[in-house]
Amino acid sequence: MNGDITQLWVYLSTSPLLWLTVTLLAYQLGVWVFQRFGFSPILNPVLTAVLVLVILLKLTGTEYQAYFKGAQFIHFLLGPATVALAIPLYREVATIRKTFVPILISLVVGSLAAILSAVGIAWALGGERLLLLTLAPKSVTTPIAMGIAEQIGGLPALTAVAVVLTGITGVVIGDLVLNWVRVHDETARGMAFGVASHGIGTAHAMQKSRVSGAFSALAMALNGLLTALLLPALLSLLR
Amino acid sequence: MLGNLTLILLCQLIGETITKVTKLPIPGPVIGMVILFCGLFFSKKMPAELESVAGFLHRYLPLLFVPAGVGVITNLDLMLHSWAPLAGAIIIGTAITVAVTGLVMQMANRRQKPDQQELQP
Repeated sequence: MNGDITQLWVYLSTSPLLWLTVTLLAYQLGVWVFQRFGFSPILNPVLTAVLVLVILLKLTGTEYQAYFKGAQFIHFLLGPATVALAIPLYREVATIRKTFVPILISLVVGSLAAILSAVGIAWALGGERLLLLTLAPKSVTTPIAMGIAEQIGGLPALTAVAVVLTGITGVVIGDLVLNWVRVHDETARGMAFGVASHGIGTAHAMQKSRVSGAFSALAMALNGLLTALLLPALLSLLR
Repeated sequence: MLGNLTLILLCQLIGETITKVTKLPIPGPVIGMVILFCGLFFSKKMPAELESVAGFLHRYLPLLFVPAGVGVITNLDLMLHSWAPLAGAIIIGTAITVAVTGLVMQMANRRQKPDQQELQP
Protein backbone atom coordinates (compact mmCIF):
# COMPACT_ATOMS: atom_id res chain seq x y z
CA MET A 1 0.00 0.00 0.00
CA ASN A 2 2.73 2.42 1.06
CA GLY A 3 4.75 1.43 -1.99
CA ASP A 4 1.80 2.20 -4.25
CA ILE A 5 1.50 5.70 -2.82
CA THR A 6 5.24 6.28 -3.24
CA GLN A 7 5.03 5.12 -6.85
CA LEU A 8 2.05 7.36 -7.50
CA TRP A 9 3.95 10.32 -5.96
CA VAL A 10 7.02 9.61 -8.08
CA TYR A 11 4.82 9.60 -11.18
CA LEU A 12 2.88 12.75 -10.29
CA SER A 13 5.82 14.79 -9.04
CA THR A 14 7.71 14.36 -12.30
CA SER A 15 4.76 15.38 -14.48
CA PRO A 16 4.17 19.11 -15.08
CA LEU A 17 0.45 18.60 -14.47
CA LEU A 18 0.77 18.35 -10.67
CA TRP A 19 2.41 21.72 -9.91
CA LEU A 20 0.50 23.50 -12.68
CA THR A 21 -2.76 22.40 -11.07
CA VAL A 22 -1.56 23.11 -7.53
CA THR A 23 -0.51 26.65 -8.57
CA LEU A 24 -4.01 27.31 -9.97
CA LEU A 25 -5.58 25.85 -6.81
CA ALA A 26 -3.32 27.93 -4.52
CA TYR A 27 -4.21 31.13 -6.39
CA GLN A 28 -7.93 30.36 -6.26
CA LEU A 29 -7.61 29.64 -2.55
CA GLY A 30 -5.92 33.05 -2.25
CA VAL A 31 -8.78 34.75 -4.10
CA TRP A 32 -11.35 32.91 -1.94
CA VAL A 33 -9.62 33.95 1.31
CA PHE A 34 -9.35 37.55 0.02
CA GLN A 35 -13.08 37.73 -0.77
CA ARG A 36 -14.21 35.75 2.29
CA PHE A 37 -12.39 38.02 4.78
CA GLY A 38 -13.45 41.43 3.50
CA PHE A 39 -10.82 42.24 0.82
CA SER A 40 -8.16 43.13 3.40
CA PRO A 41 -4.98 44.17 1.49
CA ILE A 42 -2.76 41.93 3.64
CA LEU A 43 -4.69 38.91 2.30
CA ASN A 44 -3.44 39.61 -1.23
CA PRO A 45 -4.09 36.48 -3.37
CA VAL A 46 -0.54 36.44 -4.82
CA LEU A 47 0.96 36.58 -1.32
CA THR A 48 -1.29 33.75 -0.06
CA ALA A 49 -0.58 31.60 -3.14
CA VAL A 50 3.21 32.08 -2.85
CA LEU A 51 3.18 31.26 0.89
CA VAL A 52 1.04 28.12 0.40
CA LEU A 53 3.26 26.92 -2.47
CA VAL A 54 6.54 27.60 -0.61
CA ILE A 55 5.24 25.60 2.38
CA LEU A 56 4.07 22.75 0.12
CA LEU A 57 7.43 22.61 -1.71
CA LYS A 58 9.30 22.57 1.62
CA LEU A 59 7.03 19.86 3.08
CA THR A 60 7.33 17.60 0.03
CA GLY A 61 11.05 18.36 -0.46
CA THR A 62 10.43 19.50 -4.03
CA GLU A 63 13.11 21.56 -5.79
CA TYR A 64 12.09 24.87 -7.39
CA GLN A 65 13.26 23.59 -10.80
CA ALA A 66 10.86 20.63 -10.54
CA TYR A 67 8.03 22.97 -9.51
CA PHE A 68 8.81 25.33 -12.39
CA LYS A 69 8.44 22.52 -14.95
CA GLY A 70 4.71 22.75 -14.31
CA ALA A 71 4.42 26.41 -13.36
CA GLN A 72 6.29 27.59 -16.48
CA PHE A 73 3.06 27.36 -18.49
CA ILE A 74 1.58 30.12 -16.31
CA HIS A 75 4.88 32.03 -16.20
CA PHE A 76 5.06 32.01 -19.99
CA LEU A 77 1.85 34.03 -20.28
CA LEU A 78 3.60 37.00 -18.59
CA GLY A 79 5.27 37.84 -21.93
CA PRO A 80 2.08 38.07 -24.03
CA ALA A 81 0.30 39.80 -21.12
CA THR A 82 3.03 42.47 -21.09
CA VAL A 83 2.74 42.97 -24.86
CA ALA A 84 -1.05 43.24 -24.48
CA LEU A 85 -0.61 46.19 -22.08
CA ALA A 86 -0.39 48.21 -25.32
CA ILE A 87 -4.18 47.92 -25.54
CA PRO A 88 -5.16 49.78 -22.31
CA LEU A 89 -2.33 52.19 -23.07
CA TYR A 90 -3.80 52.96 -26.52
CA ARG A 91 -7.29 53.45 -25.03
CA GLU A 92 -5.95 56.16 -22.70
CA VAL A 93 -3.67 57.80 -25.24
CA ALA A 94 -5.66 61.09 -25.13
CA THR A 95 -5.30 61.37 -21.33
CA ILE A 96 -1.59 60.47 -21.54
CA ARG A 97 -0.96 63.21 -24.11
CA LYS A 98 -2.72 65.77 -21.92
CA THR A 99 -0.65 64.86 -18.85
CA PHE A 100 2.67 64.30 -20.59
CA VAL A 101 4.67 66.79 -18.50
CA PRO A 102 3.30 65.59 -15.12
CA ILE A 103 4.08 62.00 -16.20
CA LEU A 104 7.72 62.85 -16.92
CA ILE A 105 8.20 64.85 -13.69
CA SER A 106 6.65 62.21 -11.43
CA LEU A 107 8.54 59.47 -13.29
CA VAL A 108 11.96 61.04 -12.71
CA VAL A 109 11.25 61.99 -9.06
CA GLY A 110 9.63 58.62 -8.32
CA SER A 111 12.44 56.65 -9.97
CA LEU A 112 15.06 58.53 -7.89
CA ALA A 113 12.95 58.04 -4.73
CA ALA A 114 12.79 54.28 -5.40
CA ILE A 115 16.56 53.91 -5.85
CA LEU A 116 17.68 56.26 -3.06
CA SER A 117 15.18 55.01 -0.46
CA ALA A 118 16.12 51.37 -1.10
CA VAL A 119 19.87 51.99 -0.94
CA GLY A 120 19.66 54.52 1.90
CA ILE A 121 17.48 52.43 4.19
CA ALA A 122 19.43 49.23 3.56
CA TRP A 123 22.68 51.11 4.30
CA ALA A 124 21.24 52.62 7.51
CA LEU A 125 20.17 49.15 8.68
CA GLY A 126 23.66 47.76 8.23
CA GLY A 127 23.43 46.29 4.73
CA GLU A 128 26.72 45.46 3.04
CA ARG A 129 27.75 47.04 -0.26
CA LEU A 130 26.77 43.89 -2.18
CA LEU A 131 23.26 44.03 -0.72
CA LEU A 132 22.87 47.73 -1.58
CA LEU A 133 23.79 47.06 -5.22
CA THR A 134 21.39 44.10 -5.23
CA LEU A 135 18.48 46.20 -3.87
CA ALA A 136 19.02 49.38 -5.95
CA PRO A 137 16.93 48.27 -8.98
CA LYS A 138 14.18 46.57 -6.89
CA SER A 139 11.25 48.68 -8.18
CA VAL A 140 11.84 47.72 -11.81
CA THR A 141 10.27 44.82 -13.70
CA THR A 142 12.23 41.55 -13.13
CA PRO A 143 14.16 41.10 -16.42
CA ILE A 144 15.40 44.73 -16.44
CA ALA A 145 16.20 44.64 -12.71
CA MET A 146 18.26 41.45 -13.07
CA GLY A 147 20.14 42.93 -16.03
CA ILE A 148 20.94 46.09 -14.06
CA ALA A 149 22.03 44.11 -10.96
CA GLU A 150 24.43 42.09 -13.10
CA GLN A 151 25.82 45.23 -14.72
CA ILE A 152 26.45 47.09 -11.44
CA GLY A 153 27.76 44.07 -9.53
CA GLY A 154 24.80 42.96 -7.40
CA LEU A 155 23.32 39.47 -7.05
CA PRO A 156 20.73 39.05 -9.87
CA ALA A 157 19.01 36.06 -8.21
CA LEU A 158 18.42 37.99 -4.98
CA THR A 159 17.37 41.05 -7.00
CA ALA A 160 14.64 38.91 -8.60
CA VAL A 161 13.36 37.99 -5.13
CA ALA A 162 13.48 41.63 -3.95
CA VAL A 163 11.57 42.70 -7.08
CA VAL A 164 8.74 40.24 -6.44
CA LEU A 165 8.56 41.15 -2.73
CA THR A 166 8.54 44.86 -3.64
CA GLY A 167 5.67 44.25 -6.05
CA ILE A 168 3.62 42.39 -3.44
CA THR A 169 4.45 45.00 -0.75
CA GLY A 170 3.33 47.81 -3.07
CA VAL A 171 -0.01 46.10 -3.64
CA VAL A 172 -0.51 45.35 0.06
CA ILE A 173 0.32 48.86 1.38
CA GLY A 174 -0.18 51.01 -1.76
CA ASP A 175 -3.85 51.94 -1.31
CA LEU A 176 -3.37 52.64 2.41
CA VAL A 177 -0.38 54.93 1.73
CA LEU A 178 -2.11 56.75 -1.16
CA ASN A 179 -5.28 57.32 0.90
CA TRP A 180 -3.16 58.51 3.81
CA VAL A 181 -1.33 61.17 1.74
CA ARG A 182 -4.67 62.02 0.05
CA VAL A 183 -3.80 61.08 -3.52
CA HIS A 184 -7.17 60.40 -5.13
CA ASP A 185 -6.33 61.32 -8.75
CA GLU A 186 -6.59 58.04 -10.70
CA THR A 187 -3.71 58.90 -13.02
CA ALA A 188 -1.47 59.65 -10.00
CA ARG A 189 -2.46 56.38 -8.27
CA GLY A 190 -1.60 54.51 -11.47
CA MET A 191 1.80 56.21 -11.75
CA ALA A 192 2.55 55.38 -8.10
CA PHE A 193 1.79 51.66 -8.54
CA GLY A 194 3.73 51.44 -11.81
CA VAL A 195 6.88 53.22 -10.59
CA ALA A 196 6.99 51.56 -7.14
CA SER A 197 5.89 48.03 -7.93
CA HIS A 198 6.12 47.35 -11.70
CA GLY A 199 3.91 44.60 -13.16
CA ILE A 200 2.45 43.34 -9.88
CA GLY A 201 1.38 46.91 -9.10
CA THR A 202 0.00 47.27 -12.63
CA ALA A 203 -2.02 44.06 -12.25
CA HIS A 204 -3.54 45.55 -9.09
CA ALA A 205 -4.17 49.00 -10.62
CA MET A 206 -5.77 47.37 -13.66
CA GLN A 207 -8.32 45.64 -11.45
CA LYS A 208 -9.21 48.93 -9.71
CA SER A 209 -9.72 51.13 -12.78
CA ARG A 210 -8.91 51.29 -16.49
CA VAL A 211 -7.25 54.70 -16.22
CA SER A 212 -5.04 53.67 -13.28
CA GLY A 213 -4.11 50.45 -15.08
CA ALA A 214 -3.03 52.26 -18.26
CA PHE A 215 -0.95 54.83 -16.34
CA SER A 216 0.61 52.08 -14.26
CA ALA A 217 1.59 50.12 -17.39
CA LEU A 218 3.14 53.26 -18.86
CA ALA A 219 4.98 54.08 -15.62
CA MET A 220 6.31 50.51 -15.35
CA ALA A 221 7.74 50.55 -18.88
CA LEU A 222 9.24 54.05 -18.60
CA ASN A 223 10.66 53.42 -15.12
CA GLY A 224 12.38 50.27 -16.40
CA LEU A 225 14.07 52.24 -19.18
CA LEU A 226 14.93 55.22 -16.96
CA THR A 227 16.43 53.10 -14.15
CA ALA A 228 18.54 51.16 -16.64
CA LEU A 229 20.03 54.48 -17.80
CA LEU A 230 20.05 56.31 -14.47
CA LEU A 231 21.45 53.75 -12.04
CA PRO A 232 24.84 53.04 -13.66
CA ALA A 233 25.32 56.82 -14.14
CA LEU A 234 24.35 57.50 -10.52
CA LEU A 235 26.83 54.90 -9.28
CA SER A 236 29.72 56.25 -11.35
CA LEU A 237 29.03 59.67 -9.76
CA LEU A 238 29.29 58.14 -6.28
CA ARG A 239 32.58 56.44 -6.98
CA MET B 1 -9.26 35.18 -31.62
CA LEU B 2 -6.40 33.00 -32.88
CA GLY B 3 -5.21 35.69 -35.28
CA ASN B 4 -5.03 38.28 -32.53
CA LEU B 5 -3.23 35.95 -30.13
CA THR B 6 -0.75 35.29 -32.93
CA LEU B 7 -0.35 39.03 -33.44
CA ILE B 8 0.55 39.47 -29.75
CA LEU B 9 3.05 36.60 -29.85
CA LEU B 10 4.53 37.97 -33.07
CA CYS B 11 5.12 41.37 -31.43
CA GLN B 12 6.84 39.58 -28.53
CA LEU B 13 8.97 37.53 -30.93
CA ILE B 14 10.11 40.66 -32.77
CA GLY B 15 10.79 42.31 -29.40
CA GLU B 16 12.86 39.35 -28.15
CA THR B 17 14.81 39.31 -31.41
CA ILE B 18 15.59 43.04 -31.15
CA THR B 19 16.76 42.56 -27.53
CA LYS B 20 19.04 39.68 -28.50
CA VAL B 21 20.52 41.39 -31.56
CA THR B 22 21.04 44.87 -30.08
CA LYS B 23 21.91 43.61 -26.54
CA LEU B 24 19.69 46.38 -25.12
CA PRO B 25 18.93 45.98 -21.39
CA ILE B 26 15.18 46.07 -22.21
CA PRO B 27 13.09 42.89 -22.02
CA GLY B 28 11.62 41.62 -25.30
CA PRO B 29 7.97 41.82 -24.16
CA VAL B 30 8.39 45.53 -23.28
CA ILE B 31 9.68 46.21 -26.82
CA GLY B 32 6.79 44.06 -28.10
CA MET B 33 4.39 46.29 -26.18
CA VAL B 34 5.89 49.40 -27.84
CA ILE B 35 5.57 47.74 -31.28
CA LEU B 36 1.92 46.80 -30.73
CA PHE B 37 1.19 50.27 -29.35
CA CYS B 38 2.73 51.93 -32.44
CA GLY B 39 0.69 49.60 -34.67
CA LEU B 40 -2.55 50.59 -32.94
CA PHE B 41 -1.57 54.26 -32.85
CA PHE B 42 -0.80 54.56 -36.55
CA SER B 43 -3.61 52.32 -37.84
CA LYS B 44 -6.07 54.06 -35.47
CA LYS B 45 -8.04 50.81 -35.30
CA MET B 46 -8.78 48.59 -32.32
CA PRO B 47 -9.97 45.11 -33.32
CA ALA B 48 -12.67 44.01 -30.84
CA GLU B 49 -11.14 40.52 -30.75
CA LEU B 50 -7.77 41.96 -29.70
CA GLU B 51 -9.50 43.66 -26.78
CA SER B 52 -11.04 40.36 -25.68
CA VAL B 53 -7.67 38.53 -25.82
CA ALA B 54 -6.10 41.34 -23.74
CA GLY B 55 -9.08 41.27 -21.38
CA PHE B 56 -8.58 37.55 -20.78
CA LEU B 57 -4.82 37.92 -20.16
CA HIS B 58 -5.28 40.88 -17.82
CA ARG B 59 -8.17 39.43 -15.79
CA TYR B 60 -5.72 36.88 -14.33
CA LEU B 61 -2.60 39.08 -14.44
CA PRO B 62 -1.78 38.67 -10.70
CA LEU B 63 -1.81 34.85 -11.10
CA LEU B 64 0.96 35.10 -13.71
CA PHE B 65 3.38 36.42 -11.07
CA VAL B 66 2.93 33.45 -8.72
CA PRO B 67 5.55 31.10 -10.28
CA ALA B 68 8.21 33.86 -10.14
CA GLY B 69 7.14 34.67 -6.58
CA VAL B 70 7.70 31.08 -5.46
CA GLY B 71 11.31 31.66 -6.60
CA VAL B 72 11.75 33.27 -3.15
CA ILE B 73 12.38 29.70 -1.97
CA THR B 74 15.76 29.57 -3.75
CA ASN B 75 17.25 32.40 -1.64
CA LEU B 76 15.69 31.83 1.80
CA ASP B 77 19.08 31.47 3.60
CA LEU B 78 20.52 34.65 2.16
CA MET B 79 17.30 36.49 3.01
CA LEU B 80 17.31 35.30 6.62
CA HIS B 81 20.96 36.37 6.95
CA SER B 82 20.25 40.04 6.09
CA TRP B 83 16.53 40.24 6.84
CA ALA B 84 16.61 43.70 8.50
CA PRO B 85 18.06 45.80 5.63
CA LEU B 86 16.02 43.74 3.14
CA ALA B 87 12.69 44.20 4.95
CA GLY B 88 13.43 47.87 5.68
CA ALA B 89 14.39 48.75 2.12
CA ILE B 90 11.46 46.84 0.66
CA ILE B 91 8.66 47.92 3.04
CA ILE B 92 9.67 51.51 3.94
CA GLY B 93 11.30 52.16 0.56
CA THR B 94 8.18 51.05 -1.32
CA ALA B 95 5.91 53.16 0.93
CA ILE B 96 8.12 56.23 0.26
CA THR B 97 8.17 55.57 -3.50
CA VAL B 98 4.37 55.15 -3.69
CA ALA B 99 3.74 58.33 -1.68
CA VAL B 100 6.33 60.48 -3.51
CA THR B 101 5.30 59.39 -7.03
CA GLY B 102 1.58 59.79 -6.31
CA LEU B 103 1.96 63.19 -4.65
CA VAL B 104 4.25 64.62 -7.36
CA MET B 105 1.93 63.43 -10.15
CA GLN B 106 -1.15 64.84 -8.42
CA MET B 107 0.54 68.21 -7.74
CA ALA B 108 1.93 68.48 -11.30
CA ASN B 109 -1.53 67.63 -12.67
CA ARG B 110 -3.19 70.38 -10.63
CA ARG B 111 -0.57 72.91 -11.71
CA GLN B 112 -1.02 72.03 -15.35
CA LYS B 113 -4.81 72.17 -15.42
CA PRO B 114 -5.25 75.98 -15.05
CA ASP B 115 -2.77 76.48 -17.93
CA GLN B 116 -4.81 74.27 -20.21
CA GLN B 117 -8.02 76.09 -19.38
CA GLU B 118 -6.35 79.33 -20.43
CA LEU B 119 -5.52 77.84 -23.81
CA GLN B 120 -9.15 76.95 -24.44
CA PRO B 121 -11.37 79.90 -25.41
